[in-house]
Amino acid sequence: MPHIKTSYKFAILIASIIAAIALAAWYISSHPLAVLAPMGQIGEAQRNLIIVGALLSIIVVVPVFVMTIVIAYRYRESNGRAAYQPTWDHSPLFETIWWGIPCAIILALSIITWQSSHTLDPSRAIASNESPLAIQVVSLDWKWLFIYPAQHVASVNEVALPVGRPVTFSLTSDSVMNSFWIPQLGGQLYAMPGMSTTLHLIADQSGTYFGSPANITGKGFSGMDFTAKALDASDFSQWLATAGRSPHKLDLSAYTALAKPSQDNPTTYYYSSVEDGLYNLIVMKYMLPDISRVTQ
Amino acid sequence: MNNFMQMIFGRLQLTEAFPREPVTAFAAVGMIMTGFLVIGALTYFKKWRWLWKEWLTTTNHKRIGVMYLAVAGIMLVRGLADALMMRTQQATSVGSAHGIVSTDTFQQVFSAHGTIMIFFVAMGFMFGLINLILPLQIGSRDVAFPFMNATSFWLFTGGMILVNVSLMLGGFSSAGWLAYPPLSESQYSPGVGVDYWIWSLQIAGIGSLLSGVNFLVTILKMRCPGMTLMKMPMFVWSVFGAMTLVVFAFPILTATLAMLALDRTFGTHFFTSGGGGNAMMYVNLIWAWGHPEVYILVLPAFGVFSEVVATFSRKRLFGYTSMVVAIWLIVLLSFTVWLHHFFTMGAGADVNAVFGIATMLISIPTGVKIFNWLFTMYRGRIRFTSPMIWFLGFVFLFTLGGVAGVLMAVPAIDFQVHNSLFLVAHFHTMIISGVLFGYFAGLTYWFPKVFGFRLSEKIGRYAAWCWIVGFVVAFTPLYILGLMGATRRLDHYSASLGWQPLFIVAGIGVGIICVGVGLQVLQLLVSIILRARQGKPLNDPWDGRTLEWATTSPPPVYNFAIIPTVTSRDEFWEQKQTKRRPAKPMYQPIMLPKNTPAGLLIGMLAMAAAFGFVWHMWWLVVIGALSAIIVLIAQSARDEQETELSVETIARIEAGEKYA
Repeated sequence: MPHIKTSYKFAILIASIIAAIALAAWYISSHPLAVLAPMGQIGEAQRNLIIVGALLSIIVVVPVFVMTIVIAYRYRESNGRAAYQPTWDHSPLFETIWWGIPCAIILALSIITWQSSHTLDPSRAIASNESPLAIQVVSLDWKWLFIYPAQHVASVNEVALPVGRPVTFSLTSDSVMNSFWIPQLGGQLYAMPGMSTTLHLIADQSGTYFGSPANITGKGFSGMDFTAKALDASDFSQWLATAGRSPHKLDLSAYTALAKPSQDNPTTYYYSSVEDGLYNLIVMKYMLPDISRVTQ
Repeated sequence: MNNFMQMIFGRLQLTEAFPREPVTAFAAVGMIMTGFLVIGALTYFKKWRWLWKEWLTTTNHKRIGVMYLAVAGIMLVRGLADALMMRTQQATSVGSAHGIVSTDTFQQVFSAHGTIMIFFVAMGFMFGLINLILPLQIGSRDVAFPFMNATSFWLFTGGMILVNVSLMLGGFSSAGWLAYPPLSESQYSPGVGVDYWIWSLQIAGIGSLLSGVNFLVTILKMRCPGMTLMKMPMFVWSVFGAMTLVVFAFPILTATLAMLALDRTFGTHFFTSGGGGNAMMYVNLIWAWGHPEVYILVLPAFGVFSEVVATFSRKRLFGYTSMVVAIWLIVLLSFTVWLHHFFTMGAGADVNAVFGIATMLISIPTGVKIFNWLFTMYRGRIRFTSPMIWFLGFVFLFTLGGVAGVLMAVPAIDFQVHNSLFLVAHFHTMIISGVLFGYFAGLTYWFPKVFGFRLSEKIGRYAAWCWIVGFVVAFTPLYILGLMGATRRLDHYSASLGWQPLFIVAGIGVGIICVGVGLQVLQLLVSIILRARQGKPLNDPWDGRTLEWATTSPPPVYNFAIIPTVTSRDEFWEQKQTKRRPAKPMYQPIMLPKNTPAGLLIGMLAMAAAFGFVWHMWWLVVIGALSAIIVLIAQSARDEQETELSVETIARIEAGEKYA
C-alpha cells in the first residue's frame, strides 16, 4: 500500500524537522547570539535592520515555498485530473506581478539601505551629551595595541571603554590587513597599513565582550582575539589608573619590540606612557619615501 | 657548484620541499600511488594508444567535455577531502586541544579548498557541460575553434596539476583563496605557496578566457539555419551571457595576478604597503573579476534548470522573453556590485549605499527566473526524476541563501556579518545549491545523450537527498555561528565561546555530503555495469524538447549528418508533435577537425613555464614559454587541419555501423 509508506516517510520528515528546530532553539536560548543580543545602540540598530530585512523577505519567501510545494504536488504526472496546457508559456499579467513585487520590495529596502548607510556610517559621530573618547587601534602581528592618546596610556589585547560614552576608534595596521570587530557592540571595520579608518561605537551596558580579528592575518591569526571591557565611570577610571601604574613605557624602542611578530600573547599588558604622535607615525611611515634608502 | 645548482633548481631545495606533516605526506603519497596505479593499468590493458588517439589529442567537443567532467569530478573529491579536514580541525581544536593539523597546513587547506572548488570543480563542470551540449543544441558540428578548445582544456588541466604538485613539492598558498595583499606579498608570505596559487590560476584563467571567446563565436556564428537568437534554447542564452562575462572579467584576473607576480618576483610595488603601492587596488581589481565570476558559474546552471524544468514538466518554458531579459540584466548588474565585498574598508556612506542598492537589484531578475520556472511547472505534467529533485532542492535553499544575500547587501548589516561564518554559509548556499546542484541536474539529464545510457535513477535520488540534507546540517550551524561572532578561517578558538557543538554538527553535515558523493560514484559504476538495461529508451530517454535530442545518443562524431533547419524554440518537441519527418537525407561530405597533440603540448609547456616561475628556474620559464609559442605557430601553419568524411562513410554510420 504505497500511500501508507509515503505518509510514514512524511511523518519521519516532519518529526525530524521539528526535533532539529527544537534542538537549535534550545541551543540558541542557552548561548545568546552576539549579533542578535547587542549591548550598545549601534549594534541594536543593526540588529533591528536584520529583523526588518528578514521580515520584508518573507513576503517573497513564503509565496515561493508555498507555490513550489502546491504546484509540484498538484501537477505531478500521476495526477491525471489536473489541467495540462503544454503550450501555455506567457502571461503579461503574471509576469508583471513577479517583476513588480520584487521591484517594490527592493524599492523599500533601497530606502532603508540609503538611510541606514548614512545613519550607521561607521565614521559618523554618535549623538550624545558626552564628548567621545578617542582610542587608537593598531593591528600588529599578532596582537592588538590600544592607545588612549588623551589619557597617555596604552594596552595590548584588552580595550576598556566607559559605559554610555561614545568611543571614536581610529584603526590602522602595522602589518597586513585586519578587521576590528566587537560583535556585541556593533559592526566591524578594516584596519589597514598606511591608512586610518574611523569607527564609532558605544556600550550601553557594562560587561566583558569578545573582540575578533575578523580578517586573516597569517600564522598567529587565531590567537589574536581581544577583550572589550565596558566599564561604568568609576571602574573605568580605576582601569586607567591600573594602566597608569604599569612600569612599561611605550616609547619608540618599546614599540619596535612590540611590533615584532609574536603569537598567542598574554591577554593584558599595559603601558603607563605613550610616545607622542605614535599612531600618526605608524600610519605615515608607509606614506613616506624610504628615508634610509634616500640617505644612503 | 652552488651557483650552478641554483641556476638549475632556482630556489627549490629537495631536502626542504617535501611535506613533513603526516596528513600532507599521506595525501602526497596517496596521490603518487594513484598515479602509478593508473599508469600501470593503462600499460597492462594496453590502452596507451587508445588514450592518445581517442582522448589526449582529440579536438572533438564531446570528448573534451567528458575530460572536463572527469577532471572536475576528481577535483570535487579533493576539495571535499579538504572540507572534511577543515571541519574536523574546527570541531576538535578547542581550548587546550589543537586539532589534527598545524596552523600552516590548515591555512593551506582552506586556500586550496576555495581555489579548487571554484576554478577546477565549478568551472570544470561548467565548461564540461557547455562543451558537451552547446554545439548539439544549436545544431552545429563542433565549436568555432576546435583546436583552441583543446588548448583551453589543457591549460585548465595544467593549472589543476600545478595546484596538486604543490601538495608534494613546496606547499600551497596559506593566504586564502583570493590572496589579499599585503599578506600575499613576499614580505609576509615568502615561500612558494602564493606563487603556486598565482601561476596555476594564471594558466587556467587564460584557458577560460580562450573558452569564453570560443563559445561566444560559436553561439554567434555556428547556429543552424532558422535558429534566430530568440529561438535559441535557454541554456544557450545563459551560456551566451556567462561567456560575455568571461570575456570581460578574465582579463582583469590575468592582469591582477600578473601585477601580484611582479610584486613578488621582481620587487615592484603595485600592492605593497610601502613604496607607493596600495593593497586596496588589488581588492578592487580581484572583485571586479570575482563578482562577475559568481554569475559566470551560476548563469549556465540556471540554463540547465530551464531545460530540465521544461522537459520534466512536458511544457514550454514559461516567460521566455522575461528569462532572456533577466539573463542580460544579471550580466549588466554583475559588473556594478563588486564593492559589496568590502563595505567594511571605510568607503563613504554614499558609495556603500549605491553599491548596496545595486546588489539588491540583482535579486529582481533572479527572483523572476524562479517564478518563471515555477510557472513552467504550473499546468504541466511533472516527473520527479533526480534532476527535478536537484531543482527543488535548489529552489528552497537558493531562496533562503538569497535572503541572506539581500540582508548582507545592506552595508549597515554587512558590518556585522562580513568575514563571519554567516557569510561563508551564504556563499556556500548560493554556490552549492545554485551552481553544483544545477550541474548535477545537467549531468544526470545529459548523461544518456553523451554515453547512450542513463545513470541509475534510484541511487541518484539517494545521492541528491544526501546532498540536500547534508547541506542543511552542514551550513545551518554556520549561519548561527556567524551570528555568534565566529569568523572564517579560525584553526583554533577558546572553549568558553560555546562554538564547539555547532562545529561538530557542521562536521556531521559534511559527512552526510560525503555519503552523497560516495553514492554518486556508486551510481556511475552501477550504471556502467548495467548499461545495457540503462540504455533504454535509447535516443530520447526523457522525451526531450530541444535539438540535442534530435540526433542519436551518443551522437556520431559529426553530430548531425544533415544540419537541421529550425522553425520553433522547442524544435524537437514540435517535430514529435506534428510527426514531421525529414525528407530522405541527401548526404554531403563532412569536414572534421583533425586530431592534434598541439593543445596537450601547449598546456603542458605552459605548466612547465609556470612551474619555473614558482621556483625561479628561469631556463625552464624561457624554454617552456618559447616552445609553447612555437607549437602554437606550427599548429596554426599546418595546411590540413581537417579531414573529410565521405558520403559513403556517413551513410554507413547513419545505418548504425560503428564509426571506426
